[in-house]
Amino acid sequence: MDPGRPTYAMDARAPAQARMEEVQRDLLRPLEGFSARYWIAVAVCGALVAWAGVAWAYQIAAGIGVAGIRRPVFWGFYIVNFVFWIGISHAGTLISAILRLTGAGWRKPVTRAAEAITVFALMIGGMFPLIHLGRVWIFYWLIPYPNERLLWPNFRSPLLWDLTAIFTYMTGSILYLYLPLIPDLALLSRRAAGIRARLYRLLSLGWQGTSREWHALERAMKLMAGIILAVAVSVHTVVSWDFAMALTPTWHSTIFGPYFVAGAIFSGIAALVLVMAALRRFLRLEAYLRPVHFANLGKLLLLMSIVWAYFAVAEHLTIWYGKHPDEFLVLEERIYGVFAPYFWAMVALNFVIPFILLGIRRLRTIRNIAICGVTVLIGMWLERFLIVVGVLARPRLAAAWGEYWPTWVEIAITVGTFAGMTLLYLIFAKLFSVIAIWEYDDVAHKQVHG
Amino acid sequence: MSTQEESQSDAKKTPRWGMTIDLDRCTGCGACVAACHAENNLPLSTPESAATGRAFHWIRIDRYYEGEFPDIKLKYMPVLCQHCDQAPCEPVCPVYATYQTPDGLNAQVYNRCVGTRYCGNNCPYSVRFFNWFDPVWPEPLDLQLNPDVSIRPDGVMEKCTFCVQRIKRARLEAARESRPVADGEIQPACAQACPAEAIVFGDLNDADSKVSRLAGSARATRLLEELGTEPKVIYLSRLS
Repeated sequence: MDPGRPTYAMDARAPAQARMEEVQRDLLRPLEGFSARYWIAVAVCGALVAWAGVAWAYQIAAGIGVAGIRRPVFWGFYIVNFVFWIGISHAGTLISAILRLTGAGWRKPVTRAAEAITVFALMIGGMFPLIHLGRVWIFYWLIPYPNERLLWPNFRSPLLWDLTAIFTYMTGSILYLYLPLIPDLALLSRRAAGIRARLYRLLSLGWQGTSREWHALERAMKLMAGIILAVAVSVHTVVSWDFAMALTPTWHSTIFGPYFVAGAIFSGIAALVLVMAALRRFLRLEAYLRPVHFANLGKLLLLMSIVWAYFAVAEHLTIWYGKHPDEFLVLEERIYGVFAPYFWAMVALNFVIPFILLGIRRLRTIRNIAICGVTVLIGMWLERFLIVVGVLARPRLAAAWGEYWPTWVEIAITVGTFAGMTLLYLIFAKLFSVIAIWEYDDVAHKQVHG
Repeated sequence: MSTQEESQSDAKKTPRWGMTIDLDRCTGCGACVAACHAENNLPLSTPESAATGRAFHWIRIDRYYEGEFPDIKLKYMPVLCQHCDQAPCEPVCPVYATYQTPDGLNAQVYNRCVGTRYCGNNCPYSVRFFNWFDPVWPEPLDLQLNPDVSIRPDGVMEKCTFCVQRIKRARLEAARESRPVADGEIQPACAQACPAEAIVFGDLNDADSKVSRLAGSARATRLLEELGTEPKVIYLSRLS
């Protein structure tokens, strides 16, 4: 069978009943049984996550000095990873919210995969400020709660804004993933048995599929799509303000808000195409995740690559032309100094390669789009590395200049988070359908759209 | 004396601690650095810890080379916390672990610090130091710790305090004897140790203090003044 060819289920002329049965069969198949390959993937990812946990425990017990961070590079891999993962989280919410609000018909098989990325990336990203803390055991001092010491956190600190923004985003994203899951959970509870059925029934909140319920759900999803769009933009702006509010050379930049938001959407789409390519291949969803979906996301990725390049040029050109000594030094280190390899790799991975592979229609294949997903993820990670480490290594007074190399602790924790993302997705794909089944049900839709 | 006058004279009595460092006198001998280490229980700083960027120097001697070899002139500049009036480290701390005291000290509350290290990034003078591990002193250095200065645990930021323990002791003594603190009565360890007497400490609110008179000198400049941090450490240097 030609994997890209629409099947019977996709054929609008087929009887609705028969089509839905085929959709359900196709999309629920991945939930049944466990292949050896699945267990191997879970074991490998689980081991890497456990190793990261050991590294973190060691860091807490021995002191944070076992990581490579040192004066003047007080922020290292942990903050790079924090910004990176919060950026990835923009996959879901922004893309799925935009597609939902604009009523893009091709969004059906894309949204849930994207919304799940958001929740998992936020869970991982939100860990990093804690991993990074010198005294993580009193992290709750950052949370505003009434206490016997009569002390409040400092609301002037961008870190407090950050904490508030990420908590809001996390709450919103979980709701936004959960709402469209409800009809599918009800379907699953009817089909599953044992403890699984109990779990699904509990989570489906007694969904009956009445017209009133569909209307309420549709309104809630529209509302959440609007809210989450605003929250997602503000979250990465606030993340950028962790840097832009500081006096540090080249951080103190008004462009950082939109620059970070664009970069976040960029890396979010990259993560999404990569996850979709993997789902298509391993869950045999060729009939659902069709070339048209990759082509559309590929074009979106190309657009964001150009937007990102525009911001990067604007940011670096003004520093170069202004020639303020403190800022120019950071730029020099990037262009032909110690950070040059990372900088030029970033330019190639974020712009040159995607521009060629996505810009030429003949080259815009699913494989090449997935390759661009990988290059952009690496490139955007390097961008955050340059912003955090590349700047801190060159403070204003030359006597304090320094360098930074991560230790095995930071590397183990970084690798562990990628394994953690894969592990969460493996569990998610086994518990829930990665594509919304009800979206293919025309009967339910007719009730909503009249 | 009426209450109003009393409170006015009280306001006048609130000091604003500051320091002048005469760069034309500084020989770069490093006595201030050693004195500071001993006074403030600084963790041991070895060549190894320096090589990994983990050495502690609340006051350090920055060196600036002028001219081409062999005709080189070396200039020294002791750099410590500048106790800025508009300190960039203060607003960014999420838990108020660093703040400005009424007498103008940029204070660090070790017990409150959770270790985000944001203050360290935002200090343009790079004078903040982080405790990566619990400090250890080999024998017999562990027997010479100053009982007036607290030991900082791992995970907290620290920096120059202007020897706040000496300021407190002098003010308590003066209050007990019902007299104002005399000019020159308080000497931070660095000022006390300086053989060239390049470092002068005192009350910048007292127009007659030695530090105020020196701060008004034509040779007075402040480090990275253009950033608007309003440092209370004033450098004296010939304009050459």
